[in-house]
Amino acid sequence: MNFDIVWDSLPRFLSGAVLTVEITAVSLAIGLILAVPLAILRVSLNQLLSLPVQGFTFFFRGTPLLVQLFLVYYGAGQFSDTLRSLGLWVLFRDPWFCGVLTLTLNTAAYTCEILRGGIQAVPHGEVEAARAFGMSGSKLYRRIILPKAARIALPAYSNEVIFLLQATSLVSLITLMDITGVASRVAARSFAFYELYLTAAIFYLVIVYGLQGVFRRIERRLSAHLRERPEGDPAALRG
Amino acid sequence: MESIAALEARWPTLIEGLQMTLLVGLVSMALAMVFGLVAAWAKLSSLRPVALAAETYTTVIRGVPELVLILLIYYGVPTLLQTTVRQWGPGFADFRLNLDPFTAGTITLGFIYGAFAAEVFRGAFLAVPRGQIEAAVASGMRRTLLFRRILLPQMMRYALPGLGNVWMVLIKATALMSVIQLEELMRKAEIAAGATRMPFTFFFAAALLFLGITAVSVLVQSRLERWANRGVRRV
Repeated sequence: MNFDIVWDSLPRFLSGAVLTVEITAVSLAIGLILAVPLAILRVSLNQLLSLPVQGFTFFFRGTPLLVQLFLVYYGAGQFSDTLRSLGLWVLFRDPWFCGVLTLTLNTAAYTCEILRGGIQAVPHGEVEAARAFGMSGSKLYRRIILPKAARIALPAYSNEVIFLLQATSLVSLITLMDITGVASRVAARSFAFYELYLTAAIFYLVIVYGLQGVFRRIERRLSAHLRERPEGDPAALRG
Repeated sequence: MESIAALEARWPTLIEGLQMTLLVGLVSMALAMVFGLVAAWAKLSSLRPVALAAETYTTVIRGVPELVLILLIYYGVPTLLQTTVRQWGPGFADFRLNLDPFTAGTITLGFIYGAFAAEVFRGAFLAVPRGQIEAAVASGMRRTLLFRRILLPQMMRYALPGLGNVWMVLIKATALMSVIQLEELMRKAEIAAGATRMPFTFFFAAALLFLGITAVSVLVQSRLERWANRGVRRV
């Protein structure tokens, strides 16, 4: 085992980890912002609104992420003249932008379906009750449906976050120096393959299990009112 | 149009790639089911070390990106074995080991998705009513016969939806095999894209072919599920 190389490249691994987390966070945030309106359109009874969203999610969930990434990063080259005239070429030339764009669209598609499940699982009585109070449209969504749907969808969404974190490793294939990119770059020079890829694996494991811990805490907090109080808890007696 | 002409010229190689993708997918899936059944059995074992080993396998594999595992196995395992073997003595100084992409790829994918299949099988096993097993034991069935006639057919019913999900993720992960130069659909598209300078055309064609696999898979899965549920009363 060649531990010296692993030790010497630790600083690079750390900056790779920063890039991994950065790409994950940016894609997740924009993806989630896109997914909420998409999910609302997706459950619409109007086919003109729901069908395009269905096509979008079918494409992004039905094709490999690697194909999507190459389609954006290398595929853009086929339209370089058009993109240049629109002033967008600077963006599509940049691997960071292409990586984040692809991951954002990908996670938006998955999150849209997760939220759809959550929205459709909101008990009908709650929606009816809110309607009977005179709520409709955006207020109904904002106060009743979305908060409930979010709570229902959270466990599935926590899986999506972890899948996306792992999926960011593909950006190493378009020259970005994330955790995997650092391992590949150093391994290609030093031939210390298993040492470096094992180090990368450990980095991912630490981040993944850290994230899982965070989600477990959020879930506990959100479902606090559903847990039984321990016996003899004075708060239970006060009612 | 240029794109259409280029596509027509290189269509046969894309179809070759599609066949390779399906072959890698099916072989990996079969391996994943074997790994999964063994790991599920190990997880439910009352022997602590066995259960712990299976637990470690499923948690570690599911926590690391597939790409890293593929690179680790394809590039890492040969060098690890070489350095280990060479330490045995001067007679082994020239020991070299190269994995071919097909073997390395299918074993890796089978190993990764075995961890996911294990969870599916474990849930399915726990869903088989205890009484069925007791009845089989009472009627004098040995363990292998009990597994073949009672457990496996009923587990399949509960496991099929989960296995369908594993297949969908696995078939998309075969695209990563292009990284280790396996000539599957993605790699063929890459070669064609480079030669024609029409990356969008060929990656889009590959995407559509993958969508085709997904669509057919959904159909086959619903057929299989109907078959596995034959004779079961619907609510």
